Amino acid sequence: MLKKLAISAVAALTLSAGGALAAGANGHVHDVDFSFEGPFGKYDQMQLQRGLQVYTEVCSACHGLKFVPIRTLADEGGPQLPEDQVRAYAAQLDIFDPELDDTRPRTPADKFPVGGDPKAPDLSLMAKARSGFHGPYGTGMSQLFNGIGGPEYIVSILTGYTGEEKEEAGTTFYENTAFPGGWIAMAPPLSGEDVEFADEHSNELHHEAEDVAAFLMWTAEPKMMARQQAGFVAVLFLTLLSVLLYLTNKRIWAPVKKAAKKA
Amino acid sequence: MSGIPHDHYEPKTGAEKWLHSRLPIVGLLYDTIMIPTPKNLNWMWIWGIILTFCLALQIVTGIVLVMHYTPHVSLAFASVEHIMRDVNGGHMLRYLHANGASLFFVAVYLHIFRGLYYGSYKAPREITWIIGMLIYLCMMGTAFMGYVLPWGQMSFWGATVITGLFGAIPFVGEPIQTWLLGGPAVDNATLNRFFSLHYLLPFVIAALVAVHIWAFHTTGNNNPTGVDVRRGSKAEAEKDTVPFWPYFVIKDVFALAVVLLVFFAIVGFMPNYLGHPDNYIEANPLATPAHIVPEWYFLPFYAILRAFTADVWVVMFASWITGGIIDAKFFGVLAMFGAIAVMALVPWLDTSRVRSGRYRPMFKWWFWLLAVDFMVLMWAGAMPAEPPYSTISLIGATYWFAYFLVILPLLGVIEKPTAAPATIEEDFNNHYGKPAE
Repeated sequence: MLKKLAISAVAALTLSAGGALAAGANGHVHDVDFSFEGPFGKYDQMQLQRGLQVYTEVCSACHGLKFVPIRTLADEGGPQLPEDQVRAYAAQLDIFDPELDDTRPRTPADKFPVGGDPKAPDLSLMAKARSGFHGPYGTGMSQLFNGIGGPEYIVSILTGYTGEEKEEAGTTFYENTAFPGGWIAMAPPLSGEDVEFADEHSNELHHEAEDVAAFLMWTAEPKMMARQQAGFVAVLFLTLLSVLLYLTNKRIWAPVKKAAKKA
Repeated sequence: MSGIPHDHYEPKTGAEKWLHSRLPIVGLLYDTIMIPTPKNLNWMWIWGIILTFCLALQIVTGIVLVMHYTPHVSLAFASVEHIMRDVNGGHMLRYLHANGASLFFVAVYLHIFRGLYYGSYKAPREITWIIGMLIYLCMMGTAFMGYVLPWGQMSFWGATVITGLFGAIPFVGEPIQTWLLGGPAVDNATLNRFFSLHYLLPFVIAALVAVHIWAFHTTGNNNPTGVDVRRGSKAEAEKDTVPFWPYFVIKDVFALAVVLLVFFAIVGFMPNYLGHPDNYIEANPLATPAHIVPEWYFLPFYAILRAFTADVWVVMFASWITGGIIDAKFFGVLAMFGAIAVMALVPWLDTSRVRSGRYRPMFKWWFWLLAVDFMVLMWAGAMPAEPPYSTISLIGATYWFAYFLVILPLLGVIEKPTAAPATIEEDFNNHYGKPAE
């Protein structure tokens, strides 16, 4: 039975890998070791806070996070900012309130603003909307264990600029090794040392890119740690239940099988 | 209910007799749960219970999801994010529901291939098989429409491509497509009717499942030998069978626990692995994704759909003989539905009188080749529609039809089956102890 289950599971997984691959980007996405990868992975709270800072000071100039409620910044399994800081963060962002017919400061119950630039996509789900590193050697094994790889894609984009530019139909394109097609309309947003981190963490380009990618993974999947916890409990419980049912089954069938021996 | 002789429910107390003379529901439940079941059933007979569980899981999680979902083009995507972020346990509910569909299809394919190998479709179980195929069709419809509801890019473009298939029907295709969509293109009307039908069809499936169970409780279960249960007397039948409760209930529940172990590991640790990243982008009628790929469980038939391009000679021949009415697109649609139709007709295509593949030396090879073919088609369906994948799809699709239309009818005539045991008891005793006699 286990053999058959294994076959069916492997079949389902290998076949679906095709689907994930077919979505793949033509660009080069490199592997990054994130703390949240794998079944036991966890978000690094300090990294999420640094990522929030990069997002706030750089990305939010054009991009939005329209699905993310600001209050979730205080949630367990996230950046876990103290509540007064969350309130202060919300207050610096204005929102138009149709009931007041006027703008007012946001409260934690409001969501992050939508992006200012209509050409810049919303980033709420970006880390789940892109597939990334599907190695090693194109086997997709990394995706099986570490997730589809959206954060790797984000890091690769942010660090993939070559410095080349070209102009087409009035728009400037920047060469990027990770972007499908090789030319992206977004000017290099980070160059290193763009922000000063309060925890004095390195603000080299690849650190900033990894921090903001981790933050965007959290905005895309804020309940990841709760989900893994639930999965862990379910697996433990079902293992125990399987053992008990195996023994029950064996016991129930024993007389029938014994009779077969005597026959 | 069953033709196999066994004990029936006898109401004992006054209250039981009172109820039984008015509504014999306890008797019905007793007969259903105590049905004599061939004692040699192997582990491939567990998938029915898994499937019943999947249906219940999908209905229960689905009903709760509906409480928080909004079927409107401008609100659907946001309401799914609301479920993922704000609803208590909403993220688990949604991942259970989305991955539950995959578990449902893994189980149904293993269940179908079990039936194909052990000849479960053969007389007298043709009706069970046909009902099963109807369930499978309803499942595909339900899964397809369910995938549209989150209103992501793949939802929108998948719906556009699949409803476009109906547009390929000559003369009446376009009006049919418009009628299905509720307009000239996939829009709010489409989303609303898909939502309505996605809610309705599972209950149709539930009713069909009841008929499916009714049918095979009338004929009795097939078993790995394909040999009939002896029905001369109760004592004789009891040598071949054990009651469903507790023997197979406990066995099936054990199997269910192990399957759920794997399922919850996937839901807990890799819930998006079977999904498509593009579906986390809100539907945009102005931007077509680079590759439109259906969910994995549709891929074998998607590969058959795309296999028959305009340069294949059968397509050219069909086009020439019908004066161009059947073009490549319509041929592909016919092939896709035909692939399921030939499977549904297998009770009448298989000419062998031996049920179980175990005693059919030549059939075995062709069967396993069909299983491999199914996997190859699934893989090819995920690949871009270009050589060499299109050629591989064409070979795979050809074998699929050849298996049902040529190989099965011929094998029954030319194959020399090996000896099957005389009784189920003998098979069971051979397996677990000394041979009988």
